[in-house]
Amino acid sequence: MGLEETVGQSALTTKIDAVLNWGRKNSLWPLPFGTACCAIEFMGVVASPFDISRFGAEVVRFSPRQSDLLMVAGTITHKQAVILKRIYHQMAEPKWVLAMGACASAGAFYDNYCTLQGIDQIIPVDVYIPGCPPRPEAVLHAVVELQKRIQNGEKPKGMQGAA
Amino acid sequence: MSTSDRIGRFLREMGEALEAEHNPYGEKSFRVAPEQIRPVLEKLRRDYGFDLLLDITAIDKIELGKAGEPRFDVIYNLRPHDTGDRIRLKTSVPESDPALPSVQDLWKTANWCERETWDQYGIRFKGHPNLKRILNHKDFVGHPLRKDYDIKKQQWLSEADDLMDEMEKKRKRTSDALSKETLFVNLGPSHPAFHGAIRILAELDGETIRNSVSEIGYLHRGFEKSAEKGTYTHVIPYTDRLNYLSSVSNNVAYCMQVEHMLDVEVPRRTQVIRVILSELARIMDHMVCIGAALVDLGALTNFWFLFNEREKIYDVIEALCGARLTHCYIRIGGLAHDLHDGFEAGVRALLQSIPETMTDVQNLVGRNRIFLDRVIGVGVISKEDAISYGFTGPCLRACGIPHDLRKDEPYYGYEEYDWDVVIGENGDTYDRLWVRFEEVNQSVRIIEQALSSMPGGPVNVDDKRITLPPKDAVHGNIEALMNHFMLIMNGVAPPAGDSYRAVEAPNGELGFLIVSDGSPKPYKIKVRPPCFMIFSAFDEMIEGGMVQDAIATLGSLNVVAGELDR
Ligand code: SF4
Repeated sequence: MGLEETVGQSALTTKIDAVLNWGRKNSLWPLPFGTACCAIEFMGVVASPFDISRFGAEVVRFSPRQSDLLMVAGTITHKQAVILKRIYHQMAEPKWVLAMGACASAGAFYDNYCTLQGIDQIIPVDVYIPGCPPRPEAVLHAVVELQKRIQNGEKPKGMQGAA
Repeated sequence: MSTSDRIGRFLREMGEALEAEHNPYGEKSFRVAPEQIRPVLEKLRRDYGFDLLLDITAIDKIELGKAGEPRFDVIYNLRPHDTGDRIRLKTSVPESDPALPSVQDLWKTANWCERETWDQYGIRFKGHPNLKRILNHKDFVGHPLRKDYDIKKQQWLSEADDLMDEMEKKRKRTSDALSKETLFVNLGPSHPAFHGAIRILAELDGETIRNSVSEIGYLHRGFEKSAEKGTYTHVIPYTDRLNYLSSVSNNVAYCMQVEHMLDVEVPRRTQVIRVILSELARIMDHMVCIGAALVDLGALTNFWFLFNEREKIYDVIEALCGARLTHCYIRIGGLAHDLHDGFEAGVRALLQSIPETMTDVQNLVGRNRIFLDRVIGVGVISKEDAISYGFTGPCLRACGIPHDLRKDEPYYGYEEYDWDVVIGENGDTYDRLWVRFEEVNQSVRIIEQALSSMPGGPVNVDDKRITLPPKDAVHGNIEALMNHFMLIMNGVAPPAGDSYRAVEAPNGELGFLIVSDGSPKPYKIKVRPPCFMIFSAFDEMIEGGMVQDAIATLGSLNVVAGELDR
C-alpha cells in the first residue's frame, strides 16, 4: 500500500505514508454485511448512545466499491457465502474485515448442515469480535484495534504475503 | 358458528374419511387417508370456514419404532382466521413414493409451505407450479430434516441461483410482457432495504415492477435440526435467535408450549412477568420495524429517536438478565431467577418515556406529505388475500380484521387487562405502520396494569421433574445433588405425542409444533414463523407497483430473517 513500490524508499515517502495511514485510520467506511441478530447490535453501535462516528467510521456504505471495511455481522450460511465472497472481492484495496460475533467468527452454536463455520473459510479476517452478540463496546474496541494497526502501517490480512 | 358446532358438524359429515387420533394433550387431530386429504381439506376450507392454513410440515417417523407404517406423516395445521378453533390433519406417505396432491390453489400460503416440506423432507406435492427448494441452496442434495441426514454434513454452493427459471414461468403468464423491452434487476440480499437476507429479482418496465421473484433462505441456519440434538432446555437459546428483535416472545412461546406438554402452569407472578417482558419485546420489535421502515423512506431522524428509546429498554433488561438482545431469561417452568430490586422503577420510567418518544416520531411523520404520499394506498392487500396468505398479527389487523390471540385465545391473564385491539382499514403500508404505532401504546397500557397487579411468591413451579433445586441444597444434600444432575443431563420429558400452541408475537401467530417420543430429547420441533407466511405474499403485493413502493411495503411487513429462514 505504500508509495515505495513506485518511487522507492525515502524520508519523504515515509512521511506521506504516515499521513495516508492517519487518514485511512480515521475515515474507515464500513460496509455492514449484516445478516442476523448481530446486525441489530450493529445498529446499536451506529445509533447515538454508542455512536461509531466518534471513531470516524460512521459513513456506512452498502456499495463495496465505496467501502474499505467489511463488517460481517451475523451468521453466514452456505447460501450466503457466495454472496459474501463476491462482495469482498468487489472492494478496492486496501480493505479490512471484521468478523462480528460468534457466528461470523466460527459458526457459533449452529454447528450444522447449512452454516459456514466461520467466514475465514472463504475470506481473510483482520479482527474477530467474540460475543453472541458482542456488546457495542466490543465492536468499538475492534475498530480501535484496527486503527492502531493501520496507523502502524500493517497490511490487511488479505494483502499479507501478496507482495 | 361456535367451536363445537363447527367441528361437530364437520365430524358428522366427514366422519368416514377421518380417524380421530388419540392426542395426549387433548388437541384435535385427525388421520386422513392420502387420497382423501385433498377433498377433506377442500371441504374444511370451503364449507367450514377453516380459512387460515397455519402450516404444513412432515414428521420422519423412522426412529419412532413403528415398523410397518409408512415413513412420513404430513401435517396440516388449520384454524378459522377469527377464532382459536384449532384442528390438525395428518396423512401418511411411504418413502418409496412420498407424494400428495398440492393445495396451493386453496390457500395461497400453501405454495411456500409445500416448497419447504419438499426441501426439508422430500415430500412431493403434485400439481405444485414451482416445487423447488426454498430454504436450502440449489446445489443441495438430500433433505436435511430426514432423520438419516447427518446434521454436520455441509454442502457448498457454487454460485447463487439466477432465478430466471421462475421468472420465465411468470413472464409467460403475461404474454405481452415478452414483447416488451424490460430490465432485470436484483435487489438484495446485500442491500440496505433488504436487510441482508432477502432477495428479489424484479423485471422492470421503467420503474414499474412487472414481475418479481423472491428468494429466501439466506439465513437458514438449521434451527429445527439443531433443536433435535439436545434436551428441551437446550432449545431455549436458539429460540432467542428466531425473531431476535423480540427474543423474549420466542422464549415465552416455546416454554409455554413445553409447559403445556408437561401439564404444569407457571405461578401467577411468572405469568405477569412474562406478560410485561413480552409487551416490552413487542414495543422494541415495533420500534425497529417502524424505525427501519422510515429510514428506508429517507426519514433517518426517527430511527435515532426510536433507537435511543430502545437503548433505555435494553438497560432495564440488561440489569435483569445481563444481555441486551438475546435474553434467554425464560425457563421451562418459570424464569432463570426472580426480578431484581430496581426492575419496577426501571419499567415505570420507561412507561413515561416510551409514549413521549412515540409522540415525537408521530409528530415528525404523521402529517409529513412525503411520508404520507409514499405509504398511503401502497402495497395494499385485501382481507381475503391476507387470510389466504396466512397473515396474522399487525399485518392482518391492518386489513381491518380484529383478530389477536391475546383476546381470542387468551393466556397469562391477558383477558383481565383493559386494552384494545388496533385495526386498520385498507391493508396498505400506512395502516401496517400505524397499527404498530398504536400497538405500542396498548402495550404500555398492559404493562402499567400488569405492574400494578404483580403478586408475590415463587417464580418457578414447585416440581422436582422440572425446576432445579436451590443451590445451597445442591451443595448440602445428596438428593438435591442427584436431582440437579438428572435435570441438567436429561431435563424434562413430555409424554409421547404432538402438540401445538401459539402466542401473539409482535409479528403474529408464533407457535411451536413439538413432537415428543417420550424421551428427554425433542423428536421434532417445527416453529410456525409468522413472517414466513407474510413474506410469501410480497411478490404479489409489489407487482404492478413502482420500485420505491416495494421498498416501503417491505419495511412495513417487518420481515425478520431469523424467523423467516430459521
Ligand atoms: S453471533 Fe449470536 S447474535 Fe450474532 S448472529 Fe450469531 S447467533 Fe446471532
